[in-house]
Amino acid sequence: MRIAFVIAAIVALAAFPKLATPYYVTLVLPAFAYGIALLGFNLLFGYTGLLSFGHALFVAIGAYGAAVASSKLGIKSFELILLLSGSAAVAVAIPVALLSVRYVRIFFGILTLAFGMLFHSFLFKFYDITGGDTGIRVLRPTLFGNAFADLDKTTFLIGPFYYYCLGLLVVFGLLMWRIVRSPFGLHLLAIRENSRKAEYLGVRVRFFRLVAFLISALYCAVGGTILAINVGQADPELAYWTHSGELVFMTVLGGFTSFLGPLVGAFSFIFLKSELMGATQYWRFWLGAILVLIVVLFPQGLVGVGRTLWDKVRRK
Amino acid sequence: MTALIETSGVRKAYGEFVALDGVTLSIGEGELVSIVGPNGAGKTTLVNVLTGLLKPTGGVVRFKGQDIAGIGPVLLAQRGMARAFQLVHIFPQLTVRETIAVAAISQARKGLNLFASVAKDERLRERAREVAAIFGLEGKLDSQAALLSQGEKKLLDIASAFALAPEVILLDEPTSGVSSADKHGIMRNVVDAARRAGVKAIILVEHDMDLVAEYSSRIVALQAGRVLADRPPAEFFADPEIIAAIVGKRVGRLANEA
Repeated sequence: MRIAFVIAAIVALAAFPKLATPYYVTLVLPAFAYGIALLGFNLLFGYTGLLSFGHALFVAIGAYGAAVASSKLGIKSFELILLLSGSAAVAVAIPVALLSVRYVRIFFGILTLAFGMLFHSFLFKFYDITGGDTGIRVLRPTLFGNAFADLDKTTFLIGPFYYYCLGLLVVFGLLMWRIVRSPFGLHLLAIRENSRKAEYLGVRVRFFRLVAFLISALYCAVGGTILAINVGQADPELAYWTHSGELVFMTVLGGFTSFLGPLVGAFSFIFLKSELMGATQYWRFWLGAILVLIVVLFPQGLVGVGRTLWDKVRRK
Repeated sequence: MTALIETSGVRKAYGEFVALDGVTLSIGEGELVSIVGPNGAGKTTLVNVLTGLLKPTGGVVRFKGQDIAGIGPVLLAQRGMARAFQLVHIFPQLTVRETIAVAAISQARKGLNLFASVAKDERLRERAREVAAIFGLEGKLDSQAALLSQGEKKLLDIASAFALAPEVILLDEPTSGVSSADKHGIMRNVVDAARRAGVKAIILVEHDMDLVAEYSSRIVALQAGRVLADRPPAEFFADPEIIAAIVGKRVGRLANEA
């Protein structure tokens, strides 16, 4: 059932640019970006049991990586930019994780939040390096060496770039699928369930938490790179704590207890936000209300709702 | 008889309070050594020192000839000593198969394998079946640990320690919280399993003197942080002074309560 659902979703996403108006197609790009970022985020949250309130830090590193590479270093290759952004995120994540994974629960959350705010103020204050509140422009990259110079910006984004990102989502999704079912993934679950018992079974708890943290940072950076290219700008808001909160929101909305939950959350959040923003200026209020309802009534998120409905349909 | 575990002159002090005061003992292959003593005698401290969790203030503690003072649980497991706790420690949302697999993977040092499939690993499945069968859990391989009965949870806890293929296993009151009818069943199961799994020595911390008398090959009695007696069960229970010091107190207390 799940495989059929995933294949149908990929086919639908591949056909989407042909069917929908460009506005909606450009909305899917951030959903791809957040989808990848949240797959990583949920390895730490859902699978390892560590809830970070600072992972926008790594999304921002991905975005600024793309900005610095394209605007300042003159690097045009998207593949190279991804590699640079990802490496930068992992490099920053090592010291952050070394300190953070010594703690769990709220202490871990607060520490990651602090690192996120630290990075935000760095982006904001160091004007010469980061461009301050205006940030840095992100130039259009080449895909596999192809510049698509004849396409205007939107056609590029909803054309080749769209399919490239869909491909990235599928590849990173498959990799994560393997990771959570691997011996490594099982160790993470054991750590989440009972870290003391895991230690006595020979599991190096902190080290495994660290590795999970690095993988999550890498995924967030890939997401951030896509976001920045889509917007054409990297700005400090990306690292702000409310953005970290949105990552948590999306994951809970989709359902952190299932593999596909974060992906469902990313897509629903982007479309929900866009529809609510168009309908009312109180969209934040309605988003908050929806989150409250989800947490109280469907702690397993939209995926949980879907499962319940599916079971009812099958029984009839 | 070669000594697997040796301590000599182990001392552990917390400020003024001396929990262990010159404990010297040795545990060899084929032994099941029970550690007994009244509450506060230092049993838990000794066990924590023997398993490398606590670093003694003085003296040495060796496992297979290597100093293990304060090495911590992970290295201890890797070197071949497993520990099961008095309170049940399980992974509530993992199945019996997954729980055993956690230990088997860590024992094979394959935890950093990011892309292999646990479910499709036939050797891992076989190992899980094998260990589960020893403890009569083979019919529950796909049950979630949280849904097992209390006795089964206890067995799973111990089974996962066995899946490390340890040379020494330390059992901290393995039958606590189990009905007295089941106690002997669990002990017999564990001792049998140990023999079959190639465990070379068992250390048992136990209050129940019936179990201690029946299964131990040697009994170490602690009192106020010192070794009061270190003898085979027959000699141990033949000495009225020791009985008074170790068992008498419990009997006396129980009599008062009744």
